[in-house]
Amino acid sequence: MSLNIIVCIKQVPDPEHFDKISIDPGTGSIQREGIPSITNPLDRNAIEEALRKKEEFGGTVTVLTMGPPQAKKSIEDALAMGADVGAILCDGAFAGADTLSTACVLSGGIRSLGDFDLILCGSETVDGATGHVAAQLAEFLNIPHVTFARRINVINEETAIVERSIENGYLRVEVKLPAVISVLKSINKYRLPTVMGIMEAAGKEIVELGHSACELVGITGDEIGLKGSPTRVLEVFESPQRRNVEMIGGKPEEIARRLVRRLYELEAL
Amino acid sequence: MKNVVVLVEQGDNRLMDVSLEMLQKATKLAAVLGGNVSAILIGNQCKDLAEELILYGASKVFLIEDSRLQLYQSGPYIRITADIISDISPEIVLIGGTSIGMDIAPRVAAMLRTGLTSHCVDLYIEKIEGKDQLVHIVPGWKGNMMIKIICPERRPQMATVRPGVMEKGKPDYSRRGEIVSISPEIRDDFKAKTLEMVCEGEERSLDDADIVVSGGYGLYSAGGFELVEGLADAINGEVAGTRPAFDQGWIPESRMIGQSGKTVKPKLFVSIGASGAMHYTTGFSKSKVVVGIDKNPKASIFNVSDLGVVGDLEKIVPCLIEELKK
Repeated sequence: MSLNIIVCIKQVPDPEHFDKISIDPGTGSIQREGIPSITNPLDRNAIEEALRKKEEFGGTVTVLTMGPPQAKKSIEDALAMGADVGAILCDGAFAGADTLSTACVLSGGIRSLGDFDLILCGSETVDGATGHVAAQLAEFLNIPHVTFARRINVINEETAIVERSIENGYLRVEVKLPAVISVLKSINKYRLPTVMGIMEAAGKEIVELGHSACELVGITGDEIGLKGSPTRVLEVFESPQRRNVEMIGGKPEEIARRLVRRLYELEAL
Repeated sequence: MKNVVVLVEQGDNRLMDVSLEMLQKATKLAAVLGGNVSAILIGNQCKDLAEELILYGASKVFLIEDSRLQLYQSGPYIRITADIISDISPEIVLIGGTSIGMDIAPRVAAMLRTGLTSHCVDLYIEKIEGKDQLVHIVPGWKGNMMIKIICPERRPQMATVRPGVMEKGKPDYSRRGEIVSISPEIRDDFKAKTLEMVCEGEERSLDDADIVVSGGYGLYSAGGFELVEGLADAINGEVAGTRPAFDQGWIPESRMIGQSGKTVKPKLFVSIGASGAMHYTTGFSKSKVVVGIDKNPKASIFNVSDLGVVGDLEKIVPCLIEELKK
């Protein structure tokens, strides 16, 4: 048997630098200059899982993203990790997409790239953090989904057994393929691109897809970009968590005594 | 009528807290809209819970019981939920931001081609351009920012609600409501079939703790996590930690506080050796009293603390334990 796997990935701002973001007092919009972009970390776990399944069963690994031209960097990175084919859905018409229209456009990209046995995603991205796309993508593709996978055991071309995390343990789920599965960090430790991988990646194909590719598989202009997005951001504001702190100083014994007294006064103990 | 629907979650024959938190919020939203609250309850032999939902504010409970629905089965759970919503066309649908809720909500929203927001920490109605809109407040950028989102045109307006953030109501034993039992037609719905649920023993839960003692990476140089455990022991609190504490293996993932972990609102939250990154502090910002202890006087933990202590953790915490034992 062999498996044709496609991994949906996203280029995101690096969360290590989120403290640098601010709100432009004039426009009210987010200022994110100087924040570098990376591949969403959980998407790397998804790529890794795809590569491992290919190593086990044979087949191909395709990576797909929707984004601006610079998102190609994430595709190149995935090709350097070992993916075979890359594709980018890049078109001004896709801009302003919320999760519904993102999932719709990704489904169009997948349909136009061919038939796949397994579609993998990270469980959520570090920027939007909605965790919507995997299940919505499955709806647009009309196939089953399993989210929050911590282990995927492919039995044959028709079936996989997935350990799907819940709050106090996991569900063991038998899923018919093709299916969309979103993965957690704990599923594997992802590899980094090697020098050899980077050199090989330069010779690999990156398919560019625009809105016409989506139209060919039956997606209308009303479903993509801002038009296809039911939600709107009204306002962004800084998180209102600030408290007025009362600092307690002195020698450790003194601090302990005063702190405990204050806690009793505040009825916290 | 502009109604509000809550998809309820249950397990071990009890309602999950987030379901009751959503019902309380739904009751308030419905009052503004002049509508009612309906609940959807799916499971096996859970009629008692349906009655309990009425006491917490549901006027109508759609009860779906089937032995094949004992465990969460994504196909039927999602289709049944979407069918009921299509039938009764509510204004608003609330679903718990739990691992199961986050599996159901996006697919239902996609089926209905409507908007969905995730991990809402507050929801209210505002008239915008003459139309009642549900304003969803969601944390963004790892909690550094808060975002207001609306779904201006399509209906229903759907949101998943972060557990532990909204207030739970009290049962009102005088309330009456209607239970509508639906026998689901279960078709070829088991393309993703849950075979079994495996529990990995979570001893005590953080959710209901009155006191939480949480540690961060600063404990690394202070000799480790024992300080947190010792203090928690002395004040009968629960142990928790930051993401770096989880990465160090000091706490299980279920005890990680913050944007991608747990939200707690105890009477007392003590943070030790954590600098106070926003994605951490967002997980305890509703605590009654917050104590921050760190060696760095400039740490941002002190911006979100009521009481602050700067100093060597390995000196201060043992003294504190000693004092508390008196």
